[in-house]
Amino acid sequence: MTSDTLIQALERMVLIRAYEDTLVGLHGQGRAAGTCTSVGQEASAVGVVSALSSEDLILTNHRSAGHLLARGADPGRLMAEVMGKRDGYCKGKSGSLHIAAKEIGVVLTSTIVGGELALATGVALSRATLGGEGIVVCFFGDGAACEGRFHESLNLAALWNLPILYVCENNQWQAFVHRKETTLADSVVPQAAALGMDGKSVDGNDVEAVQAAAAEAVAAVRRTRKPFLLETRTYRLRGHFEPDDQSYVDPSELEQWRGRDPIAVLRARLERDGLLSMGEADAIEARARGIMESAVAFAEASPYPGAEDLTRDVYA
Amino acid sequence: MPTMTVTDAVSAALAEEMRRDPTVLLMGEGVATKRLPLVEEFGAPRVRNTPLAEGIIAGTAAGAAATGLRPVIDLLFAPFLTYAMDEIVNSAGKLRYISGGQFAFPMVVLAQTGAGWGVGAQHNHNNEAWFVHSPGLKVVMPSNPADAKGLLKAAIRDDNPVLFFTDIGLAYADGPVPDGDAVVPLGKAAVLREGADVTLVSYAKTVHGCVQAAARLAEAGIEAEVIDLRTLKPLDEDTILRSVRKTGRLVVVHEASRMCGVGAEIAALVAEKAFGSLRAPVVRLTGPDAPAPASYPLEQAFVPQAEAIESAARGLVEGR
Ligand SMILES: Cc1ncc(C[n+]2csc(CCOP(=O)(O)OP(=O)(O)O)c2C)c(N)n1
Ligand SMILES: [Mg+2]
Repeated sequence: MTSDTLIQALERMVLIRAYEDTLVGLHGQGRAAGTCTSVGQEASAVGVVSALSSEDLILTNHRSAGHLLARGADPGRLMAEVMGKRDGYCKGKSGSLHIAAKEIGVVLTSTIVGGELALATGVALSRATLGGEGIVVCFFGDGAACEGRFHESLNLAALWNLPILYVCENNQWQAFVHRKETTLADSVVPQAAALGMDGKSVDGNDVEAVQAAAAEAVAAVRRTRKPFLLETRTYRLRGHFEPDDQSYVDPSELEQWRGRDPIAVLRARLERDGLLSMGEADAIEARARGIMESAVAFAEASPYPGAEDLTRDVYA
Repeated sequence: MPTMTVTDAVSAALAEEMRRDPTVLLMGEGVATKRLPLVEEFGAPRVRNTPLAEGIIAGTAAGAAATGLRPVIDLLFAPFLTYAMDEIVNSAGKLRYISGGQFAFPMVVLAQTGAGWGVGAQHNHNNEAWFVHSPGLKVVMPSNPADAKGLLKAAIRDDNPVLFFTDIGLAYADGPVPDGDAVVPLGKAAVLREGADVTLVSYAKTVHGCVQAAARLAEAGIEAEVIDLRTLKPLDEDTILRSVRKTGRLVVVHEASRMCGVGAEIAALVAEKAFGSLRAPVVRLTGPDAPAPASYPLEQAFVPQAEAIESAARGLVEGR
């Protein structure tokens, strides 16, 4: 990545962090519902999404803020959605857990763990059938990889040559259960190989490494029209769903990963290499806070849906 | 009018709709093997055998439906739908609403069920009411080949997910099927016989029991009106209510179990909206709260038969 794209990546990651921190704060004051934050996982979202082009489609899940914001979603409309307001991307019908924004190519978000894995094959089948360059990117967690649909989806995608980049965000946690309690496997990548699919595992807290691996994987999917599995090894620094005191988390593990906070790591690197001054970095953070202030104002001013919306959009 | 079975009527509808609309495709375990003429006419990409994995078949259909295709999937037997419940109920049924109307799911799920082949409870389970209870879905269950063809054509053209159940016991029964593009609209019941004394409401194979019962009742001077629902959701409330307001008596008949079945809904509907017209309590004749047995006599005993329907209707009319 060039210094410019690295700085852009930092800006996006800071924006995501500011968005989620703001929502945590609002939740504490009773002004917004709780959310599943992706604090600590920003490099994975930004690294992958920055490797895509505009015609690619993204499927995601309950922990979607990073993917949506990396893709250019409007923080005000996202917050409005979390608050159940009419100007949210889903008119307040989704709340935080399944925000889709078709206009920016984020489709069919599902909060049924593994749900997006089952839908991605169909989206890719449409792409393959109806033509077009775009590929499908499916974000899912390490927990979703424990669902049977993970196997079913990868098997079908490999068999039918579906252009899907599977991205397993391996954040070590599956709600309140550590990954070590749910599987003996250290990585999901060997499961791709078993089904005839290529895959790679990458340090998910290093945005440059994620971006490079994703760019290579995207190029391979575009060229071969075959699926690829990318695993980003990262860590969920906050709880599963706000509020969550993380009392069940091993403090030394948490400390270790806090030391690898992807934003702090990137910022330190850019400052060390003389690509960004401390003042410039502070300005990036201040800008993000400003954007969040307007976003909160927009979301709080947005009206709630009307009673007539209760039964609207059930049927086409 | 040509004669064909329900199975052939389904194939005919598929062929006509695939010819009409290049976005229609068929997927399932063995669809390309069993419906070879479709493969020959439309090619392998549109008639796809799948791995043995109902969940991903249904999910692939939902994902494809939301992004430009009109998939029809054959999940074989209704009990197998349990493996695809998430994709049908949580994805296809809800993601339109949850997303504020951003997506539509024009897809059809085919499944067979019902007594007739002695296949037992893991292949025979009339679970259609589960889907009637789920928002965002439509549910169809025809009683004859002409409706099977016409309703399937309508289901494929519908922009919503449609569960299309065919009755095992009717699969190879012949019937006349009109030539050409005879679409039977969803949500419209058929009045198979008019009568002023009692209304018999049913769908799928028990419609035939109602028709037989009505013929015998006529011999005794009792005129029964027979309604074939054809579509369970949306339910044709008007046709049911109009009939009950006329006859004042209602027998609802289905093979599915009683508790929270479609018959319960119809009885409640009539109690809410036509109570004043009722001259006798509503009677439900249904399968028992039991899994479907394989043994032939038990399998038959599971299904309400013409004699029972006749006797229930007679009881209502004679005030017994
Ligand atoms: C089918 C299903 N089971 C359980 C849940 C409750 N739940 C929501 S998120 C979650 C953990 C998912 O873990 P993972 O896939 O690793 O994603 P992460 O939350 O770590 O991003 C669970 C158990 C759910 N939403 N859906
Ligand atoms: Mg996880």
